[in-house]
Amino acid sequence: MLSQADRRELDDILKKYPDKRSAVLSALYIAQREKNYLTDDDIRDVAQALDMTVTEVHAIVGFYTLLRKEPTGKYLIQVCTDLPCALRGADDFYRRLCRRQGLPPEGGTTEDGLFTVEEVVCVAACDKAPVAQINLEYHEHLTDEKIDAIIAELREKSTEGVTAG
Amino acid sequence: MSLLQEHVLLRHRDIPNIRDIHVYTAHGGYDALRKALNEMQPGEVTDVVKASGLRGRGGAGFPAGVKWSFIPKDVKPVYIVVNADESEPGTFKDRELIEGNPHQVLEGIALCAYAVGAEAAYIYGRGEFRGPFRGLQQAIDQAYEQGFLGENILGTDFSLDVYTHLGAGAYICGEETALLSSLEGKLGQPRNRPPFPAQVGLYGKPTVVNNVETLTNVPPIVRHGAEWYRQFGTEKSTGTKIFCLSGHVVRPGNYELPLGTPLRYLIEECGGGVPGGRKVKAILPAGASAPILPGDKLDLPLDYESVQAAGSMLGSASFIVMDETVDMVWAASKMVHFFKHESCGKCSPCREGTYWMEDVYHRLRDGHARPDDVDLLLSIADQMDGNCFCLLGEFSLSPVRSSIRHFREEYEMRVKRMGIGD
Ligand SMILES: Cc1cc2nc3c(=O)[nH]c(=O)nc-3n(C[C@H](O)[C@H](O)[C@H](O)COP(=O)(O)O)c2cc1C
Repeated sequence: MLSQADRRELDDILKKYPDKRSAVLSALYIAQREKNYLTDDDIRDVAQALDMTVTEVHAIVGFYTLLRKEPTGKYLIQVCTDLPCALRGADDFYRRLCRRQGLPPEGGTTEDGLFTVEEVVCVAACDKAPVAQINLEYHEHLTDEKIDAIIAELREKSTEGVTAG
Repeated sequence: MSLLQEHVLLRHRDIPNIRDIHVYTAHGGYDALRKALNEMQPGEVTDVVKASGLRGRGGAGFPAGVKWSFIPKDVKPVYIVVNADESEPGTFKDRELIEGNPHQVLEGIALCAYAVGAEAAYIYGRGEFRGPFRGLQQAIDQAYEQGFLGENILGTDFSLDVYTHLGAGAYICGEETALLSSLEGKLGQPRNRPPFPAQVGLYGKPTVVNNVETLTNVPPIVRHGAEWYRQFGTEKSTGTKIFCLSGHVVRPGNYELPLGTPLRYLIEECGGGVPGGRKVKAILPAGASAPILPGDKLDLPLDYESVQAAGSMLGSASFIVMDETVDMVWAASKMVHFFKHESCGKCSPCREGTYWMEDVYHRLRDGHARPDDVDLLLSIADQMDGNCFCLLGEFSLSPVRSSIRHFREEYEMRVKRMGIGD
């Protein structure tokens, strides 16, 4: 759902465009940023805010890979295994990561619900392979040790958050 | 052939922190814009870009100044749309320009806008560029503060607003008409051309769509002149180009070189050659979208004409190098997977064809290939050829056909179940 603050943010974005619907991707990003996926309520809110039909917004969500209708972990780890990265070991890097996280080769979400690991196509960082985006931020020149350290740190941060209430 | 004395585009490699506007202006930044606004008519800016021979760096290589001259003078508003979708496998140059030298990109946009009479520009970046675009937005804010963007730029009556816009994960949105649809909040699917964006573009208005790198060339051209620019490159492929080098090389990365530089120089001098002294088996000169070149083509000059004459395309100049250990059926299947994944679903030849081709590659991979599967791939390719709505579907044929043409025996081994398993 779009909060009051979200709506104010969206109002600012609307100033960029002569036509409201140009803001649909921005609005959907705002709606999905807290939980990493979109509910039917989110989609309805965005449609209403932009004078679009719910069906139109659903179609948009289905079209773009970064908009998601299924819940994911708090941290979405997207490893590029496209050709340039694969030539530099990304396939094996990805499979080992899945194995260490107890996930099948096609990826998935860790038992604690914190991490979703998946493979993606080219992310424009081929010279820095292996590469992953975690919640859309780049992590480059990765090794098993580096990604494990990042995951451990995020895991610690999240559990701290829980105990602190 | 040697490295450039100084970079024309990747200037942040020579001048640390040029992403800061004060450093940029201290090194001649925004001088070209000042010169254009004070001394040149808009048409003269287009003329110098035409005379420079600058060709679009997004893939098609269309002359930039000629494209600008198609914008009608009597229809307003006019829009500039900057293509920063950068989703071709092996391409990572626009990102470096945006991160390292953003003001040169912005100055190029302003010069283009002045030339064609535009008052608004949108920079469309792929959704994965959220981080790089934060820095770009800071650069835009700085440029507004210093009076290089916004109203009455440098005290003249020229005004320009520049906005960033992020896509959400779709390779097809790099195709210019799909990009415009996406920017309008519609599905990012391609439209018929003609009408071309210069006539009917964003919101139905005349629009220049240019790649980030194309526009980054414009400030030095306006500042130093067409003759100066033409000293780099060849007669028909002028200037310098950023070559994205990836795959089996010691030093992958972006290298800015004059067009016409031999491939060997890129791979050996810039990239440090293939690790372990292994041989080059194959090269993709334009990511997944242009035919594979066999490894004996190292003396090829890298300009638009020469690469085309050798049976491929220079495109965005994304060079993926594969050494002798690479299984070409595997490599082709990776690319077919990419196109199947990215097919937008609008036309059935592409939607179904890429799906069928991937199916055959799965059989080849899993050791279930049928005797006529290689011919089946070629026949699917023939049926798609010329029948896809846009170039994405046509691109998907390149890795299939060219890998079969040059490495058919590797396919036959799979068919005979001799090379099973990854
Ligand atoms: C499937 C497909 C994907 C494309 N992707 C990009 C891209 O990511 N970036 C880009 O600048 N051009 C891309 N293009 C080319 C654009 O359609 C267009 O030619 C280009 O943006 C024009 O700018 P230029 O003349 O400055 O090169 C793509 C074309 C096709 C058919």
